[in-house]
Amino acid sequence: MLQTYSYPEFPYVQPPEQISGQVVRKTAVVVGAGPIGLTTALDFASRGIPVVVLDDNNTVSIGSRAVCYAKRPLEVWDRLGCADRMVEKGVSWKIGKVFRDEELVYQFDLLPEADHKYPAFINLQQYYLEEYLLDRAKDFGDLIDIRWKNKVVSLKNHPDHVRLSIETPDGIYDMETEWMVACDGAKSDIRTMIGAEFTGQFFQDRFLIADVVMKADFPAERWFWFNPPFHRNQSVLLHMEADNVWRIDFQLGWDCDPDEEKKPEKVIPRLKAMLGEDAEFELEWVSVYQFACRRMKSFRFGRLFFAGDSAHQVSPFGARGANTGVQDADNLGWKLKLVIDGLAPDSLLDSYDAERVYAADDNLKNSTRSTDFISPKSPVSKAFRDAVLDLANRHSFARPLVNSGRLSSPTPYAVSPLNTPDSDSFAGTMRPGTNCADAPVRVDGTDGWLLNQLGAGFTALYFSPDGTVPAALAALADAPVPVTPLVIGGTVEDVKGLVAQRYDATPGTVYLIRPDQHVAARFRSFDAPRFTAALNTALGKN
Amino acid sequence: MSLILTPNLPAPDDFYEKLINTHRGLSDEQSRDVNCKLVLLLANHIGDPSVLEQALAVAREGYETA
Repeated sequence: MLQTYSYPEFPYVQPPEQISGQVVRKTAVVVGAGPIGLTTALDFASRGIPVVVLDDNNTVSIGSRAVCYAKRPLEVWDRLGCADRMVEKGVSWKIGKVFRDEELVYQFDLLPEADHKYPAFINLQQYYLEEYLLDRAKDFGDLIDIRWKNKVVSLKNHPDHVRLSIETPDGIYDMETEWMVACDGAKSDIRTMIGAEFTGQFFQDRFLIADVVMKADFPAERWFWFNPPFHRNQSVLLHMEADNVWRIDFQLGWDCDPDEEKKPEKVIPRLKAMLGEDAEFELEWVSVYQFACRRMKSFRFGRLFFAGDSAHQVSPFGARGANTGVQDADNLGWKLKLVIDGLAPDSLLDSYDAERVYAADDNLKNSTRSTDFISPKSPVSKAFRDAVLDLANRHSFARPLVNSGRLSSPTPYAVSPLNTPDSDSFAGTMRPGTNCADAPVRVDGTDGWLLNQLGAGFTALYFSPDGTVPAALAALADAPVPVTPLVIGGTVEDVKGLVAQRYDATPGTVYLIRPDQHVAARFRSFDAPRFTAALNTALGKN
Repeated sequence: MSLILTPNLPAPDDFYEKLINTHRGLSDEQSRDVNCKLVLLLANHIGDPSVLEQALAVAREGYETA
């Protein structure tokens, strides 16, 4: 098969602890150098937490795999200093079209509103994404210690540390770590080692995924077909990727032989039926997947955390796997840093479990619903699905029922223990627990974006009536857990009025924003005692 | 709002006749598809989630899981 990408082979280096025979206790270990493990490592390092990354392989992802990355993960990667390269290389898109037979039945726009820094989605082969994350990791020097061909073979989870046995080409060595994050995917060995349950629903259906190199004039949109003439009684999904590569997913049903279906002599006729007998294309990568919607009961086991697919697995419709995994990493890093520094109680880490389980359930709900529509499990379920598609052709009421995947968007932590519920009256979507909306701003005469003004710690987003900041608010910047004021109408100019609009702000409004750019509390005016109480709540002190 | 479970059709026999006539000449499978569409059309017309939930529950009453 043709290759538009040459896979790097990262060098294995014998770990110093294996040479010395000494068991060293590290601060943090991440298992798995995929998108979630690397994002976790970058987040830790950006906060000054040294981290060892263990990976049993020595290259990046084979094939496009996750392929679709949503706006919120891009904002997280921007905070970590590596999103622009992804956007530059990736294909930005926001329009999805759903066809039935040959007719367009439904169309959606994922970012109907202008004035956001990042697009609704980019498509990018996972190998590029991982390469860029690894390049960024180099900037952190010794803070990120990536060890290829290091496979965890056993672990013991103690109350104050985790002890690991790790296999390398030179044998087995032991390591201890204060904290550990398992980002080792849906088939997580770490999960198996601790005997944790991973329960949910398996679906009796399979999809063939192909990365196809071709020059084609499909637009940069997500196209989904139910029952197309080129693949009757099944579904097909098409995405444009970088380098003239196209990702095509064919639904196969349950009664197929996955090994047989992967063979080029089976795949090429399917592609020719779709693209035309004379279409010029080359196959780059082919895989067959079966899907499941399931999660662990809890994502925290003392000093050991689970993030990404190891903790929760969703069906692929909606691109909710990698995207939500990045938000796991986004959620954990700041909490761990505050606990390590003794500035927040251990219970702050329980909120990782509470918030990310809540988000996982939202993702599981949405991806299960999509799967029930795309891959109906019973004759009556299929009859309702087809009735929706029939009606959607002629009547707009049925179009919102068409479900080809509800695409990943961040789940607001509506019931988080870290939230201070509104006591003042607010309209709009920026309720406590919600990730902050972006908006254009101007700082010192330079155009920029609101999210880029939020620092690594807590922020007080203050809409100043006169450009000044109350002394008690300014003083919070010097507190043990600093809250840095960001003054709209002061240092930051709300150039289009969109900050005030998106945050439903009036003069004097103040938001307490968490280090992961989520709203913790908001008030119509600054009052030191209630603002400090909200900060303590956001630190898990209640 | 509560689901209306008392008579509300102005001419019950007329409606019933039309319902049966709608299915005349259809195979079981086609009838099932027509019923599906009917459910979707009426559900959209009603709109109120609580009314729909009550209707789903009442319709399901008395059936054990197969």
